[in-house]
Amino acid sequence: MSNLTDKNYLNCEKGLWSWLTTLDHKRIGVMYLISIVIFATLGAVFSLLLRYELFSAGKDFLTALQYNKVMTYHGAIMTFMVLVPGIPAVLGNILLPLQIGAKDVAFPRLNLLSWYCLMAGALIAMISLFTTGVDTGWTFYAPYSIGSAQSGTVFVVLGAFVMGLASILTGLNFIATIHQLRAKGMTFMKMPLFVWGLYATSIIQIVATPVVGITLLLLVAERLLGVGIFDPKLGGDPILFQHFFWFYSHPVVYLMVLPGMGVISEVVSTFSKKVIFGYKAIVYASVAIAGVGFLVWGHHMFVSGQSDWAGVLFSFITMFVGIPTAVKIFNWMTTLYKGSIEFRTPLLFALGFLFVFAIGGLTGLFLATLSTDMHFHDTYFVVSHFHYTMVGGAVMATFAGLFYWWPKICGRMYHELSGQIGFAFVFIGFNVTFFPQFILGAMGMPRRYFDYLPEFEHLHAVSTVGSTIVNIGMVIVFVTLYRAWKNGEVAGDNPWGGTTLEWQTTSPPPHENFTKEMEVSGGPYDRP
Amino acid sequence: MTAHKHAHHFKDADHEFSASKMGVWLFLCTEIVMFGVLFVAYFLYHHQYPATFAEGATFLDWRMGALNTVVLLLSSFTMAISIHFCQKNDSKKAVLNLALTLVLAAVFMVVKYLEYSHKFHLGLYPGQFFSYQGAESANLALYFSFYFLMTGLHGLHILIGMGVITWVLIRARRGDFNSKYYTPVEGVGLFWHVIDLIWIFLFPLLYLVG
Ligand code: HEM
Ligand SMILES: [Cu+2]
Repeated sequence: MSNLTDKNYLNCEKGLWSWLTTLDHKRIGVMYLISIVIFATLGAVFSLLLRYELFSAGKDFLTALQYNKVMTYHGAIMTFMVLVPGIPAVLGNILLPLQIGAKDVAFPRLNLLSWYCLMAGALIAMISLFTTGVDTGWTFYAPYSIGSAQSGTVFVVLGAFVMGLASILTGLNFIATIHQLRAKGMTFMKMPLFVWGLYATSIIQIVATPVVGITLLLLVAERLLGVGIFDPKLGGDPILFQHFFWFYSHPVVYLMVLPGMGVISEVVSTFSKKVIFGYKAIVYASVAIAGVGFLVWGHHMFVSGQSDWAGVLFSFITMFVGIPTAVKIFNWMTTLYKGSIEFRTPLLFALGFLFVFAIGGLTGLFLATLSTDMHFHDTYFVVSHFHYTMVGGAVMATFAGLFYWWPKICGRMYHELSGQIGFAFVFIGFNVTFFPQFILGAMGMPRRYFDYLPEFEHLHAVSTVGSTIVNIGMVIVFVTLYRAWKNGEVAGDNPWGGTTLEWQTTSPPPHENFTKEMEVSGGPYDRP
Repeated sequence: MTAHKHAHHFKDADHEFSASKMGVWLFLCTEIVMFGVLFVAYFLYHHQYPATFAEGATFLDWRMGALNTVVLLLSSFTMAISIHFCQKNDSKKAVLNLALTLVLAAVFMVVKYLEYSHKFHLGLYPGQFFSYQGAESANLALYFSFYFLMTGLHGLHILIGMGVITWVLIRARRGDFNSKYYTPVEGVGLFWHVIDLIWIFLFPLLYLVG
């Protein structure tokens, strides 16, 4: 580390203990990153098991029950342990204070506590692996989850509750930080768009997470005490569980994607060397997506027996979400238009995001339309749709952000070519995996089955090949990042010519982030 | 007596105070949303099974509920007074009022304990342990699921509240608080008022609405 800044947040203290007790938001972000990479690896292993079982028709190496369990773990790990904490707790933690010129988040102790909550929750959930496991799917629908013979359910549900606490603490911390700790002169309308993305996300975390939290506790009470609130045998209503569950879990998809959109705004502006087009429109769109996202949960329940009028209303409002989303996409495209574009890895991932997310969003419209959803509901079309938005969208945005800020985080530059190869594998592999699933779904392949009719075999085989490619891509990405951390070239403080505050401090930043009090006069993307 | 030093990332003590207060409020929002979900479920089932809920309410003694309402209101008052004395640099009286708050909270829990044991005695247990014979409604157990879940979660919050009140009480005795720094007392106070407020809704819904 000889030629990096002498004293920075990475080397100012030494030893594992100094990490486990750190209050520095950057170190906590790095700890989140390491833990989430481990979780994601676990989730990926489960997904490969699924894909290889589905490679050919018939039973291969998993029984139907085992398949259901693997499917549940894959979904639960990827949502609760990877995507929900993903961008906010990793990139948000490291960059939010830097971008607003603060020394830390408002409550550093809570920040550390939230990491421990995630760890504790993950541990509790994983205990279930040593019992019977879970086979409910990550959605834990009642009454199946109440009656299921798999007693591991209680652990996973409790674990998800504790991880929810982590999420709430992060959101609370970020809102207070944004309100209280902005640099002098940084009004709300001068905040970088990534900060706005985090702000909208945090609101969702605060308002939606308690709903799922208590719902999960009720489910535990249901299994342990048989309280009957979701159990039709005792006069309860299992549909109520679905309402509560989706009241959280729909907004949560925006929780995953809004900060990702924030990353895209930063990357697109920096690599086209232009002020972002329509800053205000993007701000309002973020807030609108977060707000309207609370009113659309019923689109997951078109066929659950809710009233026709509810269906029509939810369908209409869901369509509405398309508007602010489209606004953003046009803003990014216009920003790129006639910019002096530099095709570095972060931008490639951002462009990949645009392509994939557009497909994910547009197919969402098919699912939001009552008549077409009758056909598509619970088919591979849905599986493909939400992988296009969540993996294609949120994960590609995370990678864009990691490559973009890596020089700031560790002070060293990644190897450009290997970053680009990683992108190629992820992008191609992803589309090869999931595009065929749209067709499968349209043909009528139901989701969550371990076997299928022979006519689906070709497309399933293609999908499995794709999943192998995308996983190789992930490995390349993480090896590239790891090698840069270990012995990449020294990057300098502002390798990309970024305009936001984090680029004005050293790389890696010192413990206190900045050596002087920061002050802002112009907008976040103004170029001299 | 050690003067409180604000954390390095805040400009001054006031800045830290307003940030902390905002944090507490945000946390309280999550509490309100969480209880809100239970209230929503309560209203839905109350609407669906009015007879069950009417019958269930007859098993509750409204006088006990009313007593506890008064107890909690008083405790909110003593809590507020203790903050006032912190601001006035009068640690002694602040400590005294915090102790009173604790006593009132304990009274609340004792009354709850009496109520619960009376129910258990009748066989009005939560969920599958419900063994009361002679109910008129087929799903009377559902009413008691709500009763135990809602008052149980609320009681748990009272216990947590007692924990944090004890914590600020000890700190107040040490003389940690003064007119310039009383953030923890203020935060605990806000928490306590919200827990009170939730009871103000629980009491009529469970005890009085028949
Ligand atoms: C243009 C915006 C979007 C629209 C119109 C939309 C619409 C829908 C609809 C109607 C469904 C229900 C399909 C069914 O089960 O029949 C659905 C499912 C789903 N969507 Fe979206 N969506 C959008 C964006 C997103 C985003 C951004 C994400 C994630 C980041 C996402 C994640 C999901 C997930 C996980 C499911 C499946 C839930 C399940 O059944 O297990 N969606 N979407
Ligand atoms: Cu949804």
